[in-house]
Amino acid sequence: MALAERQFAMTLLGLDFLLKRAARRHPEFAARLREKDLTAQIMLRDGSQGRYFIIKRGAVSSKAGLHPRPDMAMVFDTAAVAVKLMKPKRDYLEFVSALKNFEMGLDGPDELTVWFSETLQMMLTAGTEHGTDVGDGVRRYTSNTNGGPVFVYVKHGKILRITPIEFGQDDAQPWTIHARGRSFTPPRKTTVNSHTLAWKSMVYSPDRILYPMIREDFDPQGERNPQNRGTSGYRRISWDEALDLVAGEIQRVKRKHGPGAIMNGSGSHHTWGILGYWLSARMRFFNLIGWTPVAHNPDSWEGWHWGAVHHWGQSGRLGAGETYSTVEDCLKHCEMVVFWSADPEATSGVYGAHEGTVRRQWLKELGIPFVHIDPYYNHTAALLGGKWLAPRPGTDSALVLAIAHVWMTEGLYDTDYVAERTVGFEKWRAYVLGEEDGVAKTPEWQETETGLPAQDVRALAREWGRKRTYLAPGGLVGFGGACRTATGNDWARGMVCLMAMQGLGKPGVNMGCMQQGTPVDTRFFFPGYAEGGFSGDLHGTAMSVTMYQRMPQLATVNTSYQVVPRLKIPEAILDGWCEGYPTEPRTIEGQFRRFEYPAPGHSEVKMYYKYGGSHFGTMTDTNRYARMYRADKLECVVNQSIWFEGETKFADIILPACTSFERWDISEFGNCGGYVHHSFTQNNHRVAVMQHKCIEPLGESRSDYQIFLDIAKRLGLGAVYSEGMTELDWCKRVFDATHLSDQISWKEFVKKGYYVVPAPSAARRDPVSYRWFAEGRPKDTPELQPLPADYTEKFRTGLQTQSGKIEFESSSLKRLDPDDPERPPILKYIPAWEGPHAADLYEKYPLQLISPHPRFTFHTMSDGKDSTINDVHDHRVLVDGYYYWIVRINGADAAARGIGQHDLVKVFNDRGVVVCAAQLTERLPPGTVHSYESCAVYDPIGEPGASPDRGGCINLLTPSRMMITRSHAMAANSCLVEVQKWDGG
Amino acid sequence: MSTWHLIIDVDRCEDCNNCLLACKDEHVDNAWPGYTAPQPRHGHRWIDVRRKERGEFPLVDVAYLPLTCMQCEQAPCIEAGKGAIFKRSDGIVLIDTERARGHKELLDACPYGAIWWNEEEQLPQKCTLCAHLLDAGWTQTRCVQACPTGALRLVREEEADFAARVEGEGLQSLLPEAETRPTVVYRNLARWEGIRVAGTVTLARDGVIDCAKGARVALHRGDAVLRETQADAFGDYVFDGVATGDYAVTAELEGFAAGEAALSVQGSCTADPIHLELRQELVSE
Repeated sequence: MALAERQFAMTLLGLDFLLKRAARRHPEFAARLREKDLTAQIMLRDGSQGRYFIIKRGAVSSKAGLHPRPDMAMVFDTAAVAVKLMKPKRDYLEFVSALKNFEMGLDGPDELTVWFSETLQMMLTAGTEHGTDVGDGVRRYTSNTNGGPVFVYVKHGKILRITPIEFGQDDAQPWTIHARGRSFTPPRKTTVNSHTLAWKSMVYSPDRILYPMIREDFDPQGERNPQNRGTSGYRRISWDEALDLVAGEIQRVKRKHGPGAIMNGSGSHHTWGILGYWLSARMRFFNLIGWTPVAHNPDSWEGWHWGAVHHWGQSGRLGAGETYSTVEDCLKHCEMVVFWSADPEATSGVYGAHEGTVRRQWLKELGIPFVHIDPYYNHTAALLGGKWLAPRPGTDSALVLAIAHVWMTEGLYDTDYVAERTVGFEKWRAYVLGEEDGVAKTPEWQETETGLPAQDVRALAREWGRKRTYLAPGGLVGFGGACRTATGNDWARGMVCLMAMQGLGKPGVNMGCMQQGTPVDTRFFFPGYAEGGFSGDLHGTAMSVTMYQRMPQLATVNTSYQVVPRLKIPEAILDGWCEGYPTEPRTIEGQFRRFEYPAPGHSEVKMYYKYGGSHFGTMTDTNRYARMYRADKLECVVNQSIWFEGETKFADIILPACTSFERWDISEFGNCGGYVHHSFTQNNHRVAVMQHKCIEPLGESRSDYQIFLDIAKRLGLGAVYSEGMTELDWCKRVFDATHLSDQISWKEFVKKGYYVVPAPSAARRDPVSYRWFAEGRPKDTPELQPLPADYTEKFRTGLQTQSGKIEFESSSLKRLDPDDPERPPILKYIPAWEGPHAADLYEKYPLQLISPHPRFTFHTMSDGKDSTINDVHDHRVLVDGYYYWIVRINGADAAARGIGQHDLVKVFNDRGVVVCAAQLTERLPPGTVHSYESCAVYDPIGEPGASPDRGGCINLLTPSRMMITRSHAMAANSCLVEVQKWDGG
Repeated sequence: MSTWHLIIDVDRCEDCNNCLLACKDEHVDNAWPGYTAPQPRHGHRWIDVRRKERGEFPLVDVAYLPLTCMQCEQAPCIEAGKGAIFKRSDGIVLIDTERARGHKELLDACPYGAIWWNEEEQLPQKCTLCAHLLDAGWTQTRCVQACPTGALRLVREEEADFAARVEGEGLQSLLPEAETRPTVVYRNLARWEGIRVAGTVTLARDGVIDCAKGARVALHRGDAVLRETQADAFGDYVFDGVATGDYAVTAELEGFAAGEAALSVQGSCTADPIHLELRQELVSE
């Protein structure tokens, strides 16, 4: 016998020993072995060598040789391959390579092969201690959320409390910034959002779905009654029934209709974690069955993607800017901060908890003046103070032009920078000064559009022009409610143009509001969710950029080229046709590639498998979605959801998912990656988190990973989906893929649950964003974009634009269509198509409604569900035993309508009616009303899709018209409504 | 004997409600025997963040007041409780869950409205200052731990040290007239309680209206100048902590004729705008 064969024989004998030892030592492993009786053969493909393992009533025995009729077999091509892959610490590159090279395979039913593979993995992880005993029968675990990482205290299998993480003595020390004679160091703890502190109440929500259900009048063999979706009741079914039903429907629609017939969409933000996320497990599963993805519009970026990108590139960030080391630069050099449609205290940038709060307080302590431009006197303004300017929604671009006019006429801009770092200024100046159209865009001119006094605009322009100023366009640079108006792309374009006039990148002249750009270690690799976890998806996630080479895995590819734009799902289904434009990070011009649904040669969508229930609250004109569900176009609707809410109630089959506290995962605080590359620079400390399975899943709920695996097994895809791994094994694979494994052992990490990445020395901090550009040097900030081919002159020299400079006149728009009235090559003022210029509509609906991203929820997470958030005064109001959503209205507007504080009112237009509680306020100008988007409850008082909603889905009222024709962009903040007292009918 | 003190800074509160939600996380569904029964899922706000807008659009200010049990030295609830409510030596006031059962009238004893009725348990309940955690070695309450702005602090100090802190930091009690001697105290309480008068000064030059940056603005009552300030870059000025009554506001800027506005203060308000014209002799030049 050759060496390899002898080693294989020893490995198999050793496996026998290890299985028995693990069962002796670890009760949970012994219990695992009792789950199934089977005979598993491990062998070489040529039958020359093998050993079979008999597991019976929990006992393991094995014998060398081949069993005549094993229940399953694990087959290796050669002994050498087997020895290499059966090592306890196998090389996953070798493993994946062997799978793809047919050097290893599994024979037998998925149920057994997957179980046996998982069992072999569990043998290695059994007995791993996780969490910390804090006495009194309480164990402290760790987890992570959209609003920050947490300690989770558990007693008797129940969550006792959820708190922020306070660092211990052995955790890394934070950074210190020395500026203006002072030293600034953040506290040694993590912060959390309010919605994170409501998690316990959401885990134990009465709205949790605890078992699979089928709509009571849905008969897959007979009458399906789609017209009753949204009103029918449900009947409990077993998991086996549910899984058979879903797997059967998947097969049926593929058989009957062909490729593209299955559509899936997620809520844009599910529970936190690298593995259980919508960009991970979900993508892997649907790529394996073939699907029509719902394409996301860039809902938080909109105008930046469709507008700003054409002036400065940054397509990899969807048109938003980079922000490296801006916290230090701002503290040292900035003399004023202009918040423009920026409320980081409400929105936390994105996933940034309250990390930025203390830093903004430092600016306040230093006496830096603030200006807040927002129709609402927002929470950042209320905390920090400063000048508040409230333009009419959708008129911000007029304000931009007037500021530029003052700078141009009073010489308050950086002429050298404009000459050297920009192109097209003369053309724009001619427009601003009125040489093109005879209308000078003066502060007086903008007054009729924005409602802002000319003198305030002049004062702002003069202060800004004379002071080193940070502009915060959105709480995260490149967000902001103004980017979701009919003129959202104009506003975002204007933000770039204004900064170009002031010398973007010079000391103290940059973008942000201390929300991003902390001096944390950007070179420490830990992926964000957008890197795609174990999705294997190299096209729809950022996996190919930084993750795939570090965590080899089976690649997955969707075989359907069909896509449905998220904002047009109802049209696609009901009309059978729609067009769209892609959200495209690779190049500036990618967004111009118009596509149509149905794709050539593809089936129309017949089965809608929805993940979560959020679209009523987060998309636009959402009565459309209710009407779509109730039409007969969709043969089957599946909803995989944690809670019975929103559009979950429109499904035929409901699959109960558990929360992230009930399953394993791994992740980093605030790290989404992808479009917000290095998003963790919002945090004061980088914190990698083991998301412990703190408690068992409630009821019969299962992890998303498990549900997908259970369906995959019925389609023969079990092992392809899981690679034979458990969720914990995948966590280990992620851990091994990161720099964590250089710093802390897996065992210690799993026990302690978190690791604080040390801050780099001052000399290792990243250069300040755009300093390289301002100084005419090659790019020196740590981001891979633009792609090499998008540099015009030399790699890492200049911006992504054709000129490599900031373009006041956009070359990409000029090439596309120089005469596009909606998006001309230079920024012009184009009045919003829904607003005061829409004369007839404005007469009928004289109030402008803005619906910004919410403060107390993350998208629909934490609203409704009987969560404790509902008790927050400024979130919902309890009237006659019902928690109503809030609409905020100026006192004069309320008085004119006879509306008092907390009166029930109907907010309405031709698109719908939403019943809210009125909050009278001076934080809005007369004529503008405010209500957050992202309500989780849809509660029509009559026919769904055609009656008033008292749940608070304010998006029933927002327009579904695209911001500009050539886009897939919502303009939710250009919305005309009327408000009246609600009389109950 | 050192006692616990919660210190609440009105200037730093931003209504994030982390305090309320951390409190609910700690107390809803959790019984802490010897301290308090579970808090109902909804309705109770053992720390209640109240909102106040001062002034009118667009010169508005918003202040928040987290209101909780004041852990009073002379607690009316203790007196009314007849043994059902007691104060510990570390300053924490607790409701005895057995002896207080059924006594809804105890809610009326608190001038701050900080006691809540648990219908299911038939029990008056309130903030315990997380005594069950402090007794177990925690150094902060759940609300303090969750507060991201530094609006809430917890200290344990000897009486003299705390008195020095109150003096040094200008800490105040809510409703001192109730004579309850709260041991929970506020910083920057004037932001909540004070009347705020704001206004704007503009000027005209060459037919263009501009903000009167740097104008000297004074608040007068009769012949007396009560307060003086300077208009900011937007011509805005603020007088905070103004008493009710009738006033005049004047504004002066080099080269301009002085301007004046009459002002009647009933509550926080915006003064009539003051507009400055160039002094005549300058115009004639």
